[in-house]
Amino acid sequence: MEDIIYNQLDYSILSWTVFLPVIGAALLLFIRNVSAVRWTALLFTIANFFVALPLLKHFDKSTYKMQFVEKSEWIPSWGINYFIGIDGISILFIFLTAILSILSVLVSWKSIEKKVKEFHIAILTLEAGMLGVFVALDFFLFYLFWEAMLIPMFLLIGVWGGQNRVYAAIKFFLYTLAGSVLMLVGIVVLYFTSGGTLDILALSSMQYPFQLQCWLFLAFFAAFAVKVPMFPVHTWLPDAHTEAPTAGSVILAGVLIKMGAYGFLRFSMPMFPDATKFFLGPVLILSIIAIVYGALVCFAQKDFKRLIAYSSVSHMGFITLGLFALNTQGVEGGILQMLNHGIITGAMFLMIGIIYERTHTRVIADYGGFARLVPWFAGFFIILTFASIGLPGTNGFIGEFLIIFGAFKARMIFGVLAATGIILGAGYMLWLYQRVFFQDANPDYEASGRHPVSDLNMREVITLIPLFVLVFWIGFYPNTFLEYMHASVEHLIQQMNLTAVAGNENMIAKYITEIF
Amino acid sequence: MLKYTLIPLLPFLSFLINILFGRNFIKDRAHWIAVPAVVGSFLLAVSAFLDVAGGRDINVNIYSWIVSGSFNVSVGFLIDRLSAIMLIVVTSISTLIFIYSIGYMHGDGGYYRFFAYLSLFVFSMLILVMANNFLLMYFGWEAVGLCSYFLIGYWFHKKSAADAGKKAFIVNRFGDFGFGLGVILIFLTFGSMDYMQVFGEAGGIAGQTINLLGYDVNLITLICLLLFCGAVGKSAQVPLHVWLPDAMEGPTPVSALIHAATMVTAGVFMVARCNPLFNLSEVAMNTVAIVGGVTAIFAATIALVQTDIKRVIAYSTVSQLGYMFLALGVGAYSAAIFHLYTHAYFKALLFLGSGSVIHALHDEQNMQKMGGLKKYMPVTYWVFILATLSITGIPFFSGFFSKDEILWRAYLAGDLGKFLWFLGTLAALLTAFYSWRLIYLTFHGKFRGTHEQEEHLHESPPVITVPLMLLAVGAVAAGWVGIPPIFAEHGDKIGEFLAPVLGYPEGEGTHAQEYFVMGASIFVAVAGWIIAYTMYLKKTELPQKLGAAFQPVYKLLFNKYYIDELYSKTIVQPTLKASDKIILGFDTYIIEGIVNGIPNLIGAFSRKLRKIQTGLLSDYGLIMAIGALSIIGVWIFLR
Repeated sequence: MEDIIYNQLDYSILSWTVFLPVIGAALLLFIRNVSAVRWTALLFTIANFFVALPLLKHFDKSTYKMQFVEKSEWIPSWGINYFIGIDGISILFIFLTAILSILSVLVSWKSIEKKVKEFHIAILTLEAGMLGVFVALDFFLFYLFWEAMLIPMFLLIGVWGGQNRVYAAIKFFLYTLAGSVLMLVGIVVLYFTSGGTLDILALSSMQYPFQLQCWLFLAFFAAFAVKVPMFPVHTWLPDAHTEAPTAGSVILAGVLIKMGAYGFLRFSMPMFPDATKFFLGPVLILSIIAIVYGALVCFAQKDFKRLIAYSSVSHMGFITLGLFALNTQGVEGGILQMLNHGIITGAMFLMIGIIYERTHTRVIADYGGFARLVPWFAGFFIILTFASIGLPGTNGFIGEFLIIFGAFKARMIFGVLAATGIILGAGYMLWLYQRVFFQDANPDYEASGRHPVSDLNMREVITLIPLFVLVFWIGFYPNTFLEYMHASVEHLIQQMNLTAVAGNENMIAKYITEIF
Repeated sequence: MLKYTLIPLLPFLSFLINILFGRNFIKDRAHWIAVPAVVGSFLLAVSAFLDVAGGRDINVNIYSWIVSGSFNVSVGFLIDRLSAIMLIVVTSISTLIFIYSIGYMHGDGGYYRFFAYLSLFVFSMLILVMANNFLLMYFGWEAVGLCSYFLIGYWFHKKSAADAGKKAFIVNRFGDFGFGLGVILIFLTFGSMDYMQVFGEAGGIAGQTINLLGYDVNLITLICLLLFCGAVGKSAQVPLHVWLPDAMEGPTPVSALIHAATMVTAGVFMVARCNPLFNLSEVAMNTVAIVGGVTAIFAATIALVQTDIKRVIAYSTVSQLGYMFLALGVGAYSAAIFHLYTHAYFKALLFLGSGSVIHALHDEQNMQKMGGLKKYMPVTYWVFILATLSITGIPFFSGFFSKDEILWRAYLAGDLGKFLWFLGTLAALLTAFYSWRLIYLTFHGKFRGTHEQEEHLHESPPVITVPLMLLAVGAVAAGWVGIPPIFAEHGDKIGEFLAPVLGYPEGEGTHAQEYFVMGASIFVAVAGWIIAYTMYLKKTELPQKLGAAFQPVYKLLFNKYYIDELYSKTIVQPTLKASDKIILGFDTYIIEGIVNGIPNLIGAFSRKLRKIQTGLLSDYGLIMAIGALSIIGVWIFLR
């Protein structure tokens, strides 16, 4: 019995979703007019969203099985298939990617003026790569997409980034590549152990000896931990986020860093359940360190964008904590928080980009009194501030609460420690808000004659609105989103609980009692 | 009974309309939306109250909020006798303060914003009160904190206001840290967040313990103490009281509504709501009582020497909230709610009265620059007198009945109770002193402000004075629903009304004891009054002399026991320092050092290696020869 449901629609919906941006990118090659380039890119990203939309309607929420599956032989001699499909864990990320891609094009309308065509080609190929990662069910295909994302992102930072862009781009590339290489080794090992298949589902249902699990877990962990990023391999993130152009930061924070957490869910946990339990303690401790450490670093930041970048380290710590709590609430909270973080931090980077276009400074001390200068902007930003610190009624609350609940349930002390992150979060975010928006404007800034800055315009409001709708939608009625995950998460937890290989249990139990 | 969901929804609509359209369209007409909304809520609240009084409690789930595995929480409302009283208090005072604000905030640039936040506050407070489960209460709990943040920092261009708003929110987060964990622990213990289910099953888990860091802790005690953390933050009890006095940076109607009458009493309401849990834990009850008693006297001592009119009232609020917790801790829940209810009226009146004064003096808050206002502002003066008679516990005013009930219940509650009764009575002496001191400094004697201010002195317009007079009715008469049974049988209507939810406090004393307790509190009320009268009207040089004679004590009190400085030195500064020096240093030098070190190392190595590439054929020939020989050598060796 195979755990898949083939695509029932009369067209290949997932293939269209993934490759439509590629078609768009190819089309852009032939367009010269800058404005036409922008419109074409916008059209394709929007079209992509609508092409994917029937997925939501036809998705069967009652099963954990892969749906809308397309499978055909690709390189039969190596057992490689073109094999794609989605389940309750990946479906929401398809839409997160699609929405953030649209917004990335919109927010770059005025701010990107050099190499406009190339910029949009990069955005569209990046979108395809990200979507590919979420749908791939064959390791070869997966790895292809995984690495393919790197190139456009590298270019986005290196070509359209800020002053220190080349350093940041290379750092981002090397960091990620170093992790990915180990994953590649892991994939090769899996290929040979399994007797020559790269089918992710088949590999997930196999059982591996404990030692092998541990080594493979570590190999994959290297790739995913860098992507998340977890402490202490997080230092590429502040540089990359800060130097990237707005669209790049939005996609980085919104989708790219979710890939690591997604990898844990899709590969590490179902394939190496014993190793996951074995390494649980260290992973949870690293998550807690990330939460507290990431928050504390924020207090010392002088750069607006860098502060938000570091806050991602803290928030991603929450996410890995939730996932590795290994219970329904923790995992669902973690997945939801991945979505939430994409929405909130994505929107924050959009807004920072918007204000940067006007002030040309990211130094917090240059700001002050902006609530009076740009009241609508300030109003939008305060909503994000409170969503970020998990105020009930916003999406941040639902995610953080479920995560802390899950962690508390798994091991009380982790829930308690994680909750301290909520106090710290309120501290640095409100302090940031005060310095930027309250009190009087910085006299130096006023003297520089760059006043008055204009408030949000219609295009910018339209760019932001979808994300704000989601902030409150998830805050007040998260079930719309949670419903998609229930079956898949339940299945994952079950898989985890059936300790796969006899004899491994004792080793794990012994190890765990030694740690705690 | 779905119409009662409109009680919170009406203010919420007012918020939405004002915040979205206020800036460009509604502007200074914002009250035309906000006031009808809150009046509507009030009328519905009255209707709900009548329903409940008729024996029809309302408990409905509206929709399923969060579902994840076995975790399931709804948005739902419970209107029983306790929440019905709270609804009346919140909506009636809100209505009066909204009307007052029309006059008080007139001409302010952010008029629409003010009414928007105020409406959002009322919505949040009503959710807090009406929730039928812990998580929804938490929603309201955090949301009122949000509104408090907005309204304290309403004049955000002032650094002090922006600082105070931030401080309030963050200090409250410390309390909510515990509250949130308590809520989680409740679900894990009972498998539900629903009040009815939790309270119904509470008895079954009494005595169970849980392992916490190697110690066995009573589960119920732990839950109660965690919940109480939240109350300590929100209701500004020691040691988290520091935010409330600073919160006076907000406009005065805000101080009256949020930081005196309603929001800060949320902690009292919450503990009363959870009485089936607290009743099971003596440790938790005693903690509540002690924290309350200590806060009552602690805050009262600070109030003795403050010179800012609003800060005196703020410390008075902290102190009065202490009384309420004292009552909760000795099991006199209905007495606590009774005091909450009377306090809401007289304290709102004190704040709005001081607002009227500040308004007349063009934002002067220092009492040393006031004086003699009696003849310019007769209405304000007289309502102030009524509120003071009430708060100091002069017989037959509201405060007398509720405070007396608390002290009497404390007196009956064993040795700890007797001690707390003593603290409470002592605090009542201090209350009388600082309250009358405020009156004499502000309204009597000679005017000590500038000549220009004196020329503009005037009574406030009716839109301000009418709400004052209405509140004065409450300050005088609100307490008449709780007359002690020794004066009138079934006089304690509020206690009997609340008995089904809160129980009726046990313990009977003799009439002689009851008269003794009552006599003592009347005695201290009058004594405090006389001392203040002597010091501030008759021998006005006395305060100076006393201050000089007891310099260290005076300074200690004036500087609020240096608690702010203590927190700054032990929590705020170390966090910022750790962040700046240790954490950022670790990130920049250690981690980045390693990350950048590896490429540097490789670079250095390859720079060395590069030197072999000389470009000279003879060098390459030599190296090839060496290489060939080595290979042959190795081959021979291995063979």
